[in-house]
Amino acid sequence: MIAFQNVYKIYNGSSVALEDASFQINLGEFVSLVGKSGAGKSTAISLLIGEERPTRGRIFFGQFEVNKLKDRDLPYFRRHIGVIFQDFRLLSNKTAKENVAFALEASGRPQKEIEDLVPQVLDMVGLGDKLSNFPDELSGGEKQRVAIARAMVHRPEVIIADEPTGNLDPFHTWEIISLLQKINQLGTTIILATHDKDVINSLGKRVITLDHGRVIRDEENGRYILV
Amino acid sequence: MLTVISRVFQFGWKNFTRNGLLTTTTVAIVTLSLLVFLGLILFNVLMSSTVATLEDKIDITVSFKTITPEDEVLNIKRSLETLNEVKEVKYTSQAEALEIFKERHAGDEAIIQALRELGDNPLEASLNVKANKTDQYAQIAAYFENPVLGRYISNVSYAENQVVIDRLNSIISNINRGGFLATLVLILIAGLVVFNTIRLAIYASRDEIGIMRAVGASNSFVRGPFVVQGIVSGIVSAIFSIFIALPSVYSVSPYISQAIPEVSLFHYFLTNIHLLFIYLLLAGVIVSGLSSFVAVRRYLHG
Repeated sequence: MIAFQNVYKIYNGSSVALEDASFQINLGEFVSLVGKSGAGKSTAISLLIGEERPTRGRIFFGQFEVNKLKDRDLPYFRRHIGVIFQDFRLLSNKTAKENVAFALEASGRPQKEIEDLVPQVLDMVGLGDKLSNFPDELSGGEKQRVAIARAMVHRPEVIIADEPTGNLDPFHTWEIISLLQKINQLGTTIILATHDKDVINSLGKRVITLDHGRVIRDEENGRYILV
Repeated sequence: MLTVISRVFQFGWKNFTRNGLLTTTTVAIVTLSLLVFLGLILFNVLMSSTVATLEDKIDITVSFKTITPEDEVLNIKRSLETLNEVKEVKYTSQAEALEIFKERHAGDEAIIQALRELGDNPLEASLNVKANKTDQYAQIAAYFENPVLGRYISNVSYAENQVVIDRLNSIISNINRGGFLATLVLILIAGLVVFNTIRLAIYASRDEIGIMRAVGASNSFVRGPFVVQGIVSGIVSAIFSIFIALPSVYSVSPYISQAIPEVSLFHYFLTNIHLLFIYLLLAGVIVSGLSSFVAVRRYLHG
């Protein structure tokens, strides 16, 4: 279970990115975080994965209280999560296969398991024939699929996707969204931050709407409605 | 644990071979710095040889009156040899002094004739004294100021050469001090250049470090490959340095031998090549590895 309890994030003492945000996400849910640019979506995700610390409030992820984690503990905590970013964030000097394998290698998984699992997962995202390609040799959609494969390969409890379709054309956008839906059907919690109206409206899942750092709406089967 | 260590080494090696331009730049800078380091080692060898040559030219000669019995001179020699400051005492008897004199003036018939007419040997026996350190000659000279010895001694060369000895002493200590300071400053500069080069290379990888941490890599798993990459750069640079230095020292050595005949730099280089390579290897590995270790640290937060 993920919980934000009265979380504030204020930069330089005056710039409010998140204000008194409270919500809870249960295991297996597909939740969209929506809002205009600057509404606080990315800040919320940044706080959830421990990239930043809240100014006030508490953030829970299962048994972890994220806001209290020390720098050295963050990598171990992050092995419970898969993260997908708008700019893909692939390691440029590693091939698709090595990028996906890295998440497993970092957590000390045996080589045999990695050799078996990585091609399977890349095959699942439709990149079975691009194992040896470097990120520079892949299209935007392919890069994002590598990022998804990397996020899911260690079977995390939660996958957090921060504007994963922001850099993609409509065709690749739907490809990525349907992949996330499939992963969710397999039992993984998905948190999707986006401002893509069509995506949200077609999903028919829970939507948490942020505006100026505040949670203004939290609806099951929600739609993209901004005031 | 073994798997993790093996992966760290694999990643470090892959980073080294795949980051073409960054690797080339880093290796070039580390090689240049190691060549400076090697140059300093060779410079210090040259300086030590020069200083040793200068020191060898300093001594004290004590001449004894012709009436002094040989036993007395030999007693003084033995007592001098017990002094801590004395490195070596060489005795030249009256007869030996005469032989040397004759050899030196073999072509000068007038002098040889004058000697023959004199009958007795007019030359004095002498002791040639060398000190352990050049600044100990004053103490040794003071030993001969004893009035008991004064009866036998006709001349102590220290008084005549004191100005020259003091000047040589000052030159030697300046060379030592200057050489040490120059070495220290240049090593510091070379180390800083390497550190900054590696820092820039790692700055270029700061996003990748963030990605590694975001996907759950521990700090040591992120840092390890960079340190390995630094160590490999150090090893490769050390190999390049020794291969660049070999022909360079070979071509410079004859010119140095012209100026300081006692020194053959190339001979020194060849006979000590293993040791020099170990020095370069250690310097390269330590400076590059440590620089990588320190440079990654600032990106291991958040």
